[in-house]
Amino acid sequence: MSTSIQRYTERERMNHWVIAILFFLAGLSGLAFFHPSMYWLTNLFGGGAWTRILHPFLGVLMFMSFFGLMTKLWHHNKITDADKKWLAAVSENLTGHEEGLQDVGRYNGGQKVLFWVTVVCTFLLLVTGVMFWQPWFADSFPIGLRRIAAPLHALSAAVLILGTIVHIYAAIWIKGSIRAMSRGTVSAAWARKHHPAWYREMTRNS
Amino acid sequence: MGLQTLDLKQRSATTTPSPQAKSNVTEVAKLIDVSKCIGCKACQVACSEWNDLKEEIGFNHGTYDNPRDLTENSWTVMRFSEVEMKEGEEARLEWLIRKDGCMHCADPGCLKACPAPGAIVQYANGIVDFNQESCIGCGNCITGCPFNVPRISQKDSKAYKCSLCSDRVSVGLEPACVKTCPTGAISFGSKEDMTDLAEERVVDLVERGYKTAGLYDPKGVGGTHVMYVLKHADQPMLYAGLPADPSVAFSVELWKGGLKPLALLGMGAAMLGGLLHYLKVGPNDADAEEKEKEAS
Ligand code: HEM
Ligand code: SF4
Repeated sequence: MSTSIQRYTERERMNHWVIAILFFLAGLSGLAFFHPSMYWLTNLFGGGAWTRILHPFLGVLMFMSFFGLMTKLWHHNKITDADKKWLAAVSENLTGHEEGLQDVGRYNGGQKVLFWVTVVCTFLLLVTGVMFWQPWFADSFPIGLRRIAAPLHALSAAVLILGTIVHIYAAIWIKGSIRAMSRGTVSAAWARKHHPAWYREMTRNS
Repeated sequence: MGLQTLDLKQRSATTTPSPQAKSNVTEVAKLIDVSKCIGCKACQVACSEWNDLKEEIGFNHGTYDNPRDLTENSWTVMRFSEVEMKEGEEARLEWLIRKDGCMHCADPGCLKACPAPGAIVQYANGIVDFNQESCIGCGNCITGCPFNVPRISQKDSKAYKCSLCSDRVSVGLEPACVKTCPTGAISFGSKEDMTDLAEERVVDLVERGYKTAGLYDPKGVGGTHVMYVLKHADQPMLYAGLPADPSVAFSVELWKGGLKPLALLGMGAAMLGGLLHYLKVGPNDADAEEKEKEAS
């Protein structure tokens, strides 16, 4: 039995890193306008006006690339009873005592919740962002709507950024995860510990 | 932008205090007496003359409003409303003419919403001014303004609006529209004097039968530095939709309020929390654990 298990295809990995780069670009250019203390970030994008021009395009590109990966992973992220157990035992899981607590499949409850949070935020960012996109689209939306869209955009961005910080930290903490998104494979030990049900499924026929 | 850049009360997207040493500046105000206005538009012409603005030739829309709306080239527009006022059994037609433009709010929503440091300033004398060279064209000023005033140019993506002739005022002149009005419907002076003047005029109008005459200086935006004397101050909406009780939208206040520094703090705390978690719990390393088990 091979000690490596395939977790992501080449396409999925490339898609993931395109999203990551665009997320950073869209996020940093957006944060520049989030609060005065972040305005210095406009220097990374060629000044205030350029940051304002570029941000929505970066956001739309991020949305499109995210949409690609999302449709591939959608069906893996249905919340099940095992996930509810995982979420109930979140503090044990976060201290690394996860064995035998729940029979985790391809993704655990935390990952699934994060997936859906990301889906909701990304869609909200697109829908609200277009509503005040100058100079092309903003004028087509009533001012009352734009006044709601702007704070909602900021809120979904903050939630998405917070979620992504958690996501990145999880990848750093759980050793052997980054390999899944760089080489596409994980070790059998990694799969047995973190995703036992998925491990059985993957090794059943081999 | 005038010469009084040091006499700032507020500056957009700035978290430190503005220079305040010169604090004995009188607050100014422009008083527009709607009851004296004949709708001749001399003020519109004076505005475009002084500010070097050229409106594009438009179309006749079947109204007297010309141009039809404020634009980046038309910082003031006369708005004409025909209303039927009930007087007992009878209805009387009234032609209400309001000179529209920036109200120079004491608590300006445009400035509050602007993300570009110094693109919008409020001088100590109360004038709210746009600094086009710092403007990034995001449109937040439009989102923030309760009076639908700022306009973004399609040519340069910068926001424009009435400056209350801050350049003229800074050298002791009155705004161009005030200078030119042939009926004396527009006055300019200290906010105190203008309020007194308005009160006299209101008494006059009430005596002449306009029982509901009054001063429009809405408190919801902290008062304004452009005020109206209205014959029907109880129904400002009659005057081409002048809001009765304008204020910066609650969602805009929320958006620009104290939650954002908290959100940034939250992001920082999340990163720091990750670091502390790593230091406390250590890496979650399935391979190393399995190797250890095999070894023992
Ligand atoms: C999906 C398409 C997106 C569109 C069309 C869009 C559009 C916009 C627009 C028009 C603004 C106003 C400022 C400006 O003109 O630059 C803005 C602000 C912002 N955007 Fe986006 N955006 C999108 C995605 C994103 C993403 C993915 C993020 C973060 C990861 C993000 C974070 C922000 C933030 C933090 C702000 C500042 C909000 C504030 O003013 O408080 N946006 N966005
Ligand atoms: S009327 Fe609008 S543009 Fe003028 S100061 Fe008030 S908020 Fe700003």
